Amino acid sequence: MVAIARKSSSANPLDSLRQKVAMPYLLLLPGMLWLLVFFLAPILTLVSTSTKVPGMGIGEFVQQYRWANYWDAISTMHTQFIRTFVYAVIATLLALAISYPLAYAIAFKSGRWKNVLLVLVVAPFFCSFILRTIAWRQILAQDGLVFKTLHSLHLISADTRLTSSAFAVVTGLAYNFLPFMTLPLYASLERIDPRTMEASGDLYANGLTTFRKVTLPLSMPGVVAGTLLTFIPAAGDFVNAQILGNPSTTMIGNVINAQYLQTSNYPLAATLSFILMLAILVIVMIYIRKSGTDELV
Amino acid sequence: MKKFTRWFSKNLIRIYAVMGFTYLFIPILYTFVFSFNDYVRSNLVWRGFTFNNWTDPCAPLDICPALGNSIKIGLMATFGATILGTLIAFALARYAFRGRGIVNTLIFLPMATPELVLGASLLTMFLNLGFNPGFWTIVIAHIMFCISFVVVTVKARIASLDPRLEQAAMDLYANEAETFRRVTLPLVAPGIAGGALLAFSLSFDDFIITNFNSGTTITFPLYVYTHAERGLPAQANVIGVSMFLLALIVVLAGQFVGRKRKVSA
Repeated sequence: MVAIARKSSSANPLDSLRQKVAMPYLLLLPGMLWLLVFFLAPILTLVSTSTKVPGMGIGEFVQQYRWANYWDAISTMHTQFIRTFVYAVIATLLALAISYPLAYAIAFKSGRWKNVLLVLVVAPFFCSFILRTIAWRQILAQDGLVFKTLHSLHLISADTRLTSSAFAVVTGLAYNFLPFMTLPLYASLERIDPRTMEASGDLYANGLTTFRKVTLPLSMPGVVAGTLLTFIPAAGDFVNAQILGNPSTTMIGNVINAQYLQTSNYPLAATLSFILMLAILVIVMIYIRKSGTDELV
Repeated sequence: MKKFTRWFSKNLIRIYAVMGFTYLFIPILYTFVFSFNDYVRSNLVWRGFTFNNWTDPCAPLDICPALGNSIKIGLMATFGATILGTLIAFALARYAFRGRGIVNTLIFLPMATPELVLGASLLTMFLNLGFNPGFWTIVIAHIMFCISFVVVTVKARIASLDPRLEQAAMDLYANEAETFRRVTLPLVAPGIAGGALLAFSLSFDDFIITNFNSGTTITFPLYVYTHAERGLPAQANVIGVSMFLLALIVVLAGQFVGRKRKVSA
């Protein structure tokens, strides 16, 4: 059959085969080129900048391949690094605790309101991130709603401060990235066949056991995706710490931002950026391995 | 009392969801209320009710040009990222080829890299090349970080298609191009629209990457950030709330039309 076809139209089938082989690469080419030039090349520039040392002139840096820059950066900034990861982990757990019931209610209890509620989860994104963070600061302020309520319930004393605190930074982080947590959770919960839960009930599992042994394991891909999508931006954020924090809540993002845009110490900023990137990648890889989800993209 | 306890435990998840939405919407409500504040210089203390901010949203200098830049950049970035991302999604979902692992990694990495690092590294490169950051560097940066999100969204949609629909079209003597144009593309379109919407919202609200690569160009988030300390005009609240309501209306209208279509089909 093949032989006949080849004879009848000379090189034509081979041509179309070659086209088929080339097709995926043609589709990939423009996008991959963009990512190579504007993502990968900049990251490599960052690495090369990170080993530079100050030169003769002001604001001039020369390449000395000084890998000790990394050691210096870690030893001076380890407090900020540890603080950043502690805040990001707490904010992620907080967002998970708030989002899981929310996603569960949307997936199973909302009936015909499902789509409207889903839109409501994403809609806050459109009211600028910074505006919402400023609003959060005003809400937590001494004359704001939250403070007055907690104070009238005698849960906090008059001289407690909710703003400019670690509490404000962490709740701000959890707040700002909440949709990143809720959406993947919803997507994986929605895919669960409700009959699996009914079956569990039929087999005399109570509500809690059903949740622990059926619902939660089946929603794990959503938990993994949601926690990653919340943790990564939270660990790299500086806006929340800037607007809601104080000097003792400085995150690594604030340091990098200041070193870049105010101090113009590019090698230090680059070193810190690359450490942050690697640290996050290592954490993400270990987490994905442990949770047994291989599908990255 | 017993009745109440039963009602409470039965609706616990709903009560919890309402609390979750409250947490999500309190800052929006605050922004909305303070958009009516008769502010002087700084919009932090309530001074009285006025419609002036809503009737004259462009009163503060630079605020409307900043919004215009954000919309322009958002549309261009969405256009670029949607095309590039959709092509990649088709390649990944429909073809077997060598180097798939490398492609997947290159798509995943920008999503696993904090925006701060993306913005800072891009600025480092632009400065090394002697390229002055400005409007176009923002567009370039936004396309870069939106591509991966479009790929993921569109790829999921292609993967969920029933292959029998395309086979049916081929059985009915449609050639490959026709099948693609009249069956595949319309079926994937909602995924592409979803990816585009995601790209626009990410671009429009982006602050960190923009802050590094903006030069002297000001976008709406940059405007809000730089004026936050000196006193933000209430018009910023007006614009924020308007964009929120606009997004809500567009998406809900889209859902409504989609539902009607489904019913009539």
